[in-house]
Amino acid sequence: MDLENQKRVKEFAEKYGPENIVVILGAAEGEAAGLAAETVTNGDPTFAGPLTGVQLGLSVFHICEPEIKELVDESVYDEQVGMMEMVLDVDDIISEMTAIREEFSKYL
Amino acid sequence: MSLLENKKIIIIGDRDGIPGQAIEECVKTAGGEIVFSSTECFV
Repeated sequence: MDLENQKRVKEFAEKYGPENIVVILGAAEGEAAGLAAETVTNGDPTFAGPLTGVQLGLSVFHICEPEIKELVDESVYDEQVGMMEMVLDVDDIISEMTAIREEFSKYL
Repeated sequence: MSLLENKKIIIIGDRDGIPGQAIEECVKTAGGEIVFSSTECFV
């Protein structure tokens, strides 16, 4: 995750309390989604950014995961995400995200 | 209770996946307060 975004995530977690935050990702691949999810839960796995060694344990989902999709107005989802969802490997994304949440999320 | 209800939402979109703005439009219909939205390139 880019360093500026890591900084902002850290600031918001301090400001609002990590238990009050949900991060929603739009990554194109399971691996990228998993890396971003790991960054906001267990710390930056690349050891480059402000979240290195910071275990925020935030609640984190991908927009295409059923937990989020079912909350969104269906027509808006279709219009905004539908096309991309067809070309994404959603099963891979769900499997990566679920693994990271189970291991590192503190607020589920 | 909705997963997003009374939560502060941080959106990290992806230029090659779902952009932040598209996720914003979705989240607006699902409740929760968007405090930050960004679109990045994961490459």
